[in-house]
Amino acid sequence: MMKRSFFGLQQPRFKYDAVSNMNIEPVRIAVPEKVTLFLNRPFEGKVPRTLNVGDRVKTGQKLTLYEDSDAYVISSVTGTIRSFDSFLGDFGQTLTAINIEPEPTDEFDEALSRALDEDGVAAARDYLLSIPGGMPPEMLKGGHIDTLVICGIEQDLLSITNQYVTKSKVPAMNKGVSAIKKITGVHKVVMALPQSLMQEAGAIGGASGVELRVIEDEYPSANPRLIMRDVMGQIVPADKRPEDLGIFFVNAEAIAAVGEAVEKKMLPVTKTLTVVKKDMTKTVVEARIGTPFSDIFQALDITLFDRDRIIVGGPMSGTTVYAEDHPVGPRTLSIMIQDSSDVPLVSDYPCINCGECVRICPADIPINMLVRFLEARQYETAADEYDLYSCIECGLCSFVCPSKIPIFQYIRLGKYELDRIRMEEEAEAPETVEEPAPETEETTEEVTATAAKEEEA
Amino acid sequence: MYNRKKFIVSHAPFWHDGSWIAKRSYNILLAALPAVILSIYYYGLPALGVVALSVSSAMLWELGFTRISKTPDTIGDGSAAVIGMIFAMLLPPVVPWWLIVVGTFLAVVIGKMIYGGIGGNPFNPAVLAYAIIGVSWWDYLNFDAAIANYDLGFITMYPLALAKHAGMHTDLFNLQQIISSYNLTDLLMGRQVGGIGATFGLGLLLGGIYLIIRGIIRWEISISFLVGVAFTALLFQAADPGRYAGPLFHLLTGYTLLGAFFLATEDSSSPVNFLPMLIYGAAAGMLTVLIRNIGAYPEGVIFAILVVNLINPLLDKIRPKALGKVT
Repeated sequence: MMKRSFFGLQQPRFKYDAVSNMNIEPVRIAVPEKVTLFLNRPFEGKVPRTLNVGDRVKTGQKLTLYEDSDAYVISSVTGTIRSFDSFLGDFGQTLTAINIEPEPTDEFDEALSRALDEDGVAAARDYLLSIPGGMPPEMLKGGHIDTLVICGIEQDLLSITNQYVTKSKVPAMNKGVSAIKKITGVHKVVMALPQSLMQEAGAIGGASGVELRVIEDEYPSANPRLIMRDVMGQIVPADKRPEDLGIFFVNAEAIAAVGEAVEKKMLPVTKTLTVVKKDMTKTVVEARIGTPFSDIFQALDITLFDRDRIIVGGPMSGTTVYAEDHPVGPRTLSIMIQDSSDVPLVSDYPCINCGECVRICPADIPINMLVRFLEARQYETAADEYDLYSCIECGLCSFVCPSKIPIFQYIRLGKYELDRIRMEEEAEAPETVEEPAPETEETTEEVTATAAKEEEA
Repeated sequence: MYNRKKFIVSHAPFWHDGSWIAKRSYNILLAALPAVILSIYYYGLPALGVVALSVSSAMLWELGFTRISKTPDTIGDGSAAVIGMIFAMLLPPVVPWWLIVVGTFLAVVIGKMIYGGIGGNPFNPAVLAYAIIGVSWWDYLNFDAAIANYDLGFITMYPLALAKHAGMHTDLFNLQQIISSYNLTDLLMGRQVGGIGATFGLGLLLGGIYLIIRGIIRWEISISFLVGVAFTALLFQAADPGRYAGPLFHLLTGYTLLGAFFLATEDSSSPVNFLPMLIYGAAAGMLTVLIRNIGAYPEGVIFAILVVNLINPLLDKIRPKALGKVT
């Protein structure tokens, strides 16, 4: 962890790790005894299912669990379904967990290869949602896509998964780019890379037409909104997402996986991820999607104790999980372990107005004011006057706060609460339209009443 | 399920740079020490008594307030100690004990706690308390009277008061002669009359530079304050050298250096954006000289800082447009 330097006048600077000179040998994790896959739909016992406990599934099989929904997840192993659970994710998101007991040998599902043979590359569209690296669901829906930005680097620090994939899987990336162009119809593909990778990644897109663009190696320049501003030269309005402008961000790993899927006519089910140990050493790991973290920890000789912390994603914007058997997901780029003695605590101290956050904020938000309104739950004012929605969620404000205020958490909570309030208001909107009429009646009544009183007087 | 390990789950970020309010407070106290210690060397136990009583009573007022209002104890953050220290630095070396206790009550309770504690105060607490005390018991804060019994070996006349008096009675005094009787080394080395922590120019400069390097105070405020003082003093001197002292005299006497590094830079009552900090500092500096030269008081730092504290929230509205903001 980086501490404030003696010369505090200088702002802390984080550099993304460069992998160009590293010799990375990924550690392969054996197929685990239990695999858990998350289906992005709340668990429901009563809806008829296409699959049941005891059914056998094949590797790469598309599991559409509920008959009334086309939400799916790709099985990463061949095995037997043992149970279904409800899983509560961040911000109250509920998912269905499918637990599978794998068999030692894989049997691959034929659906993708049949579809590719019959309908060409574009048929892969319906299989790519939970590909390693993840695909934005909206991208596969078939709407117009203006630009596809492939991130050759993670948004957050320490993780080197995308850089490793970019460096080591150039041919797969090339196939992936041309395949994704055919699948989605996108013409403009941009690859955002750190300078250190430019040489090694130079071969990407030679024939398929990819623009390579350099991003700064200082955190948080790989943030989509900052890539939009600094690399694409286009500022995303605070209340819109890049997706609303037709610009989609995809991990390099996902593009390489698309390339592999199309070439081998088999969906890749192995996820590459960075594991950061307590001493901050990094290991690149390849594991089946759905592998419990505990299997990876065992393979890497990591022992965890009470009050340690397991972080999915990076140190600045990741999320924590509360169980060792949390599974690897398609978007798990890195796992970081923090020793209990390294866990910094937050405090309930008020803002002292020192301005550290304001000076480090890459989005120029008046955080000293914003946090006061968020603490008081004045979310509307926070959004209207103090730029709540401009936040790019980099976490630097909380990092430098001498009051140790969980500013980033307040911001996320504020956005979540405000979205919820606005959604509720929208749902009630038809009723509110009718309301003004009785109100005006009342006021006229009041007016006549006061007029009558005045007359009496 | 029952013997599962329990992990810490919390929100990002999972790193922190280790800064903490108490560390800032203790660094401010450390930076204030050179100036205070030199005064204790000159004035002995009475000055030490003032400092000790001011720091301790400020801390006790805060403790008492948090206990009575049943809010968490905040005494450990060092903010009350800093207020007590800065209040003592403003005072003459000899003052009645009750004045200090009343002063720290005004500073800690009226100046800070009733606004919700640290970070909520609209004025610099110590400056506010000094202003109230100054308006109420002016006689006790007369520097020349306070040290009447000392034999110090340098001019025992408060420079600003003398300069003001001379400027007002040009028929009786020669201002330039009076100013030249204070030589630069004396002013820098604390051989002048003034507040306990305000006379040792070199010590204040060192402390201020230390705080700037550590990133605890904002250099923009300090530098623009000093520039504001120097520039305005220069204009006045150019207009009438017979009545107004020059920039160097204004920079090294009174509370100017103390104000630049310890008073104007108080976190809660000063702006955080770049341009507002410059305006804030410069405005305080200009007001200081205006009050000194054409106002009723010989010293202007106290009221100048209170006035710019007031415009701070307005100033901080001048800020860069946030990312993605359309209007």
